Amino acid sequence: MEYITTLLSKNGLIFAFLITGIIIFIADYLSKKLTNHKIPGSAIAIFLGLVIAYFGGIITGGNKGIADIKEFSGFEVMGGAMFRDFTIVSTAMGVSFSVVKKTGFAGIVSLFIGVVLTFLCGAIIAISLGYTDAKSITTIGAGACTFVVGPVTGAAVGASSDVIAISIATGLVKSILVTIGTPLIAQKISLNNPSTAMIYGGLIGTTSGVAAGLAATDPKLVPYGAMTATFYTGLGCLLCPSILYMLIGLFFA
Amino acid sequence: MLIKGVALLAGCYILGQLLGETLGKLLHVDANVGGVGFAMILLIFSQNWLEKQGKFNPEMESGIMYWSKMYIPVIVAMSAVQNVRIALSSGVIALLAGVIPVVICISLIPLVSKLAKNNLQ
Repeated sequence: MEYITTLLSKNGLIFAFLITGIIIFIADYLSKKLTNHKIPGSAIAIFLGLVIAYFGGIITGGNKGIADIKEFSGFEVMGGAMFRDFTIVSTAMGVSFSVVKKTGFAGIVSLFIGVVLTFLCGAIIAISLGYTDAKSITTIGAGACTFVVGPVTGAAVGASSDVIAISIATGLVKSILVTIGTPLIAQKISLNNPSTAMIYGGLIGTTSGVAAGLAATDPKLVPYGAMTATFYTGLGCLLCPSILYMLIGLFFA
Repeated sequence: MLIKGVALLAGCYILGQLLGETLGKLLHVDANVGGVGFAMILLIFSQNWLEKQGKFNPEMESGIMYWSKMYIPVIVAMSAVQNVRIALSSGVIALLAGVIPVVICISLIPLVSKLAKNNLQ
């Protein structure tokens, strides 16, 4: 049996293609039979992905979801940042440049609102749960932005490692919530046109969450949301350890 | 040829990421600032330019389309490698700080898009 494991992990990426295809096949079937296409197949597939990631984590105790199981290690490549960003960029083909130009400014404004508001909100939650030092409050506020901004900020201001771990978890909760929640609330917030998708990407940020959420809502909107969201993490890494840290420092030691 | 489209996409990707990394370095931020966004803009421009030159053929387009269609499978694979276990087991603070700001930001979306629309008219 050992040689099967070796074969699968040696051909990890190809095996990941196969398994992902099977997941999507099952998801499409469930979408048709159980929900009459009301919940799109891609939303169910992404949710199934999160479920197997959970079980991967429970079985191995690792941090990489299903990829911690040797046979499924190819998922780390297929689901890694390289393929994610490469495929996101490819969706730009056919993007309407006039929409991008028209909504560009609103997109930039929503980026700033998104980062600052999210940070302050996360900071207030940290304060109300008993954190009193500026470093921890800032790091948790940054974690509320994305799971990259949290640890980058934490390292920059010198927060303790357990607070950094919380900030990563906070960013993950956000990403998962956005992934699952976007298709459910899309109609209510009129997230059905490119302009709103750009504003949505700027306000919410977390690239993986936005990308997955929009994919499940309407794949045509993905490039618009991703275009603004891609600046969110950078802006967060810029503002959180500097201006926003100083702001928190005014009130807390 | 198909590979020409893939190569165009790859070139835009690398150049965009390089711009993002460089911008991050210049701003003293330990992150890539907008690499994907720059790459997308490059791809839009170069596609337009090639079309005007009459050098953008359908086969090139299908080289890029393939990856654009692989997008959702990649996202499914991405969700399968998330650290869901930690996210669900890190306690109240991660849950609250992960959920509440998102709810507030989402509730702002209709307002901001309305303001954006009014400003344009």
